[in-house]
Amino acid sequence: MRRTLFAASAALLAALPLVAQAQDFPTLRIGLADDADALDPTLGRSFVGRIVFASLCDKLVDIDAKLGVVPQLAAGYEWTDSKTLVFKLRPNMTFHDGTPVDAAAVKFSMERHLTMQGSARRGEISTLDRVEVVDPLTVRMILKTPTSPFLATLTDRAGMIVSPKAAEAAGKDFSLKPVCAGPFKFVERVAQDHITVERFDGYWNAASIKLGRIVYRTVVDPSVRLANLQAGALDMAERMAPTDVDAIKKDSKLKLVTYDGLGYQGITFNVGHGDRAKTPVGQSALVRQAFSLAIDRTALVQVIYNGMFTPAVQAVPEASPFYAPDVKVPPRDVAKAKALLAQAGVKLPVVVDLTVTNSATQQQEGEVMQSMAAEAGFDVKVRAMEFAASLDADDRGDFSAHLIGWSGRADADGNLYNFMHTGAPLNVAGYSNKDVDGWLDEARAVSDVAARRALYAKVAQANVTDLPLMYLYINKWITSMSTKLDGYVPVADGIIRPQGITLSK
Amino acid sequence: MKGHLGTRILQVIPTLLLVSVYVFCLQQLMPGDPALVLAGEERDPQVLAQIRAELWLDRPLPIQYFHWIGNVLTGDLGFSWRIRQPVIQLIAQKLPVTLQLGSMAFLIALSIGVPMGILSAVKKNSFWDYLANGIGLAGLSTPNFWLGIMLILLISVHLGWLPPSGYVPLSEDWRQSLATTIMPAFVLGNALSAVLMRHTRSAMLTALEQDYVRTARAKGLLEWTVVLRHALRNALVPVVTLGALELGTLFSGAVLTEQVFSVPGFGKLIVDAVFNRDYPVVQGVVLVTATVYVSLNLLADVLYVLINPRLRNA
Repeated sequence: MRRTLFAASAALLAALPLVAQAQDFPTLRIGLADDADALDPTLGRSFVGRIVFASLCDKLVDIDAKLGVVPQLAAGYEWTDSKTLVFKLRPNMTFHDGTPVDAAAVKFSMERHLTMQGSARRGEISTLDRVEVVDPLTVRMILKTPTSPFLATLTDRAGMIVSPKAAEAAGKDFSLKPVCAGPFKFVERVAQDHITVERFDGYWNAASIKLGRIVYRTVVDPSVRLANLQAGALDMAERMAPTDVDAIKKDSKLKLVTYDGLGYQGITFNVGHGDRAKTPVGQSALVRQAFSLAIDRTALVQVIYNGMFTPAVQAVPEASPFYAPDVKVPPRDVAKAKALLAQAGVKLPVVVDLTVTNSATQQQEGEVMQSMAAEAGFDVKVRAMEFAASLDADDRGDFSAHLIGWSGRADADGNLYNFMHTGAPLNVAGYSNKDVDGWLDEARAVSDVAARRALYAKVAQANVTDLPLMYLYINKWITSMSTKLDGYVPVADGIIRPQGITLSK
Repeated sequence: MKGHLGTRILQVIPTLLLVSVYVFCLQQLMPGDPALVLAGEERDPQVLAQIRAELWLDRPLPIQYFHWIGNVLTGDLGFSWRIRQPVIQLIAQKLPVTLQLGSMAFLIALSIGVPMGILSAVKKNSFWDYLANGIGLAGLSTPNFWLGIMLILLISVHLGWLPPSGYVPLSEDWRQSLATTIMPAFVLGNALSAVLMRHTRSAMLTALEQDYVRTARAKGLLEWTVVLRHALRNALVPVVTLGALELGTLFSGAVLTEQVFSVPGFGKLIVDAVFNRDYPVVQGVVLVTATVYVSLNLLADVLYVLINPRLRNA
């Protein structure tokens, strides 16, 4: 009897570690700079929402540290012709509700993006004509026109697959309890405070997950995020302030990871959008070139951002396969700027009405440029405006120059097409150049990376001459974490992927 | 008294209706198209039109108003455009936080401000008066966010005594709950205690010079009986008025303090909603806050009568 009991308990003990459960793993606490919006891949629009989705909803494909497209829910993909993309799904995957991840679910999710009221994905995948289920694990997407950036779009929310059963049952309330096929399932959300997710044991790549729970906490103020890290109330925090970098480096309990993002900051000039374009800086490319030469981007970044960001004159970071190495940041040249103004024949000083967002750093940025440009003969008037109001003004063409950024996309098309193509939705500058339109269209039609790089290089070169968009710098992600945390892989999109992250006690 | 209360309660209804019209109209004056903010970075014209239609933004203003207020009257405050949660649920999440934080701050303010005010009035122009005034002035002139960050750095980061930020509900763990709210409550209470101290002091000074106080002293009553039973009772009327107003302000959320301590209360909710042009949330929170405010004023009216029975016939 005793022997049987012993054997039984030994067997039980041996079996225990095999069933890894959420409570066997540590909880990771991440500090986010904003509160996420709707937790529905079709409706979500915020950046921090994407960080939370990285644990909830897997995508068909993902991007890796080198910005290459890698399989995720899909085991592989293939362009069978320039308008047809075929995905082969991994077998035996399930959603958090236990239903299978199959071709029908992919078709359902893509059609949901296209048809759901208020969908934020519709514009991104408007080129998608239809989705066909070939067999339970094979799905075919047919595009209206050849659009090579479509694949990269699926590395973000557009490629997230939701459980059709849960989505149909919840309708518009799906965001209150999202059900996807990511490594963690949704537990609870208290708006503006925290979102909690818990390890999903049925995840297709469960071995890569070494965390039991993740608690995403909203801590808006960057110095308070730092204090929370220092006090051990957070294990990791995103978007730290450049001015806090020295304090993080000095703290023996913290690590700092910085890397180039996909987004940029720059000035959009109104060159052809209504009456406000009729200014010297709006009408003459020479004046804009002079303005660009008058700005010392390196000094600007040094003064405002502790030298943390990367000065730039093109829309994509150096890490991107579409970066144009020949388009370099010119050194500041006040004499040449003055000569250009003389050549343009404008009356001095040239008044530039510069709209900035009413945050302290944006205003400082405007003021630093004001004093730099003054030396070349510009009179920059810095006008602070609340962000939502400034977007409205942009859309109406009620601006002359606007200091504004873009969060960035993995494919160069996402940073360029909508801003520079004639009539595109984000081309608030009113820029129109037939050559640029042609190159941008062609870069969508071909899928060869080298050919596309050459086309985007032409666009970058044209922009340096025409300057509807005067890029200033590429954003850097400044992430800080406890020294107990390992395995974090930074990717230029700034998303914190939980795969591989470990936390020791 | 009953008639007086009845009239006051009846007055609440038009007040709240007026508030609803007011907040609705004020929002329309804000520049910035909500649909544009909601559409995020990708501003596809078709999507914009869809959003406008879904949220009734493409209808005339009066229709938008009646649609909203009609729902409110049936208890439906709508849903947040940004995070798609029902407004009533958001308020239910935030109201206990704000009530707890506000009450704690108010208690702290009362227990510092009123005794200090009495002390400095009774010991006018003495060392104690100057000390109380000094503390009061410091409390008034210290910005909340600065004091908050300093407290976090000292007490949480260096000493490690309290959690630096966040919030735990009372029902979940009352000790943790007090630990997370005591610092923000102190920051809020500190500023308010200075205001209460100044008002108590000046009201007490006036009261102490009144004839009835002289009579009480002439009767040979103990000085503290004169101060606490005779002078303070009369001096409290303006302090109660002020207290009720300030409590109302506390319950409408404390933006900066909530931000610094990451306390998910009303202040953060409404500021985020304004910046995101999340109208239903702004409208819902303002309505609820106005109701709380009006109720507190009503309560102050009742308190006057209890403190000063002469008002019973007024």
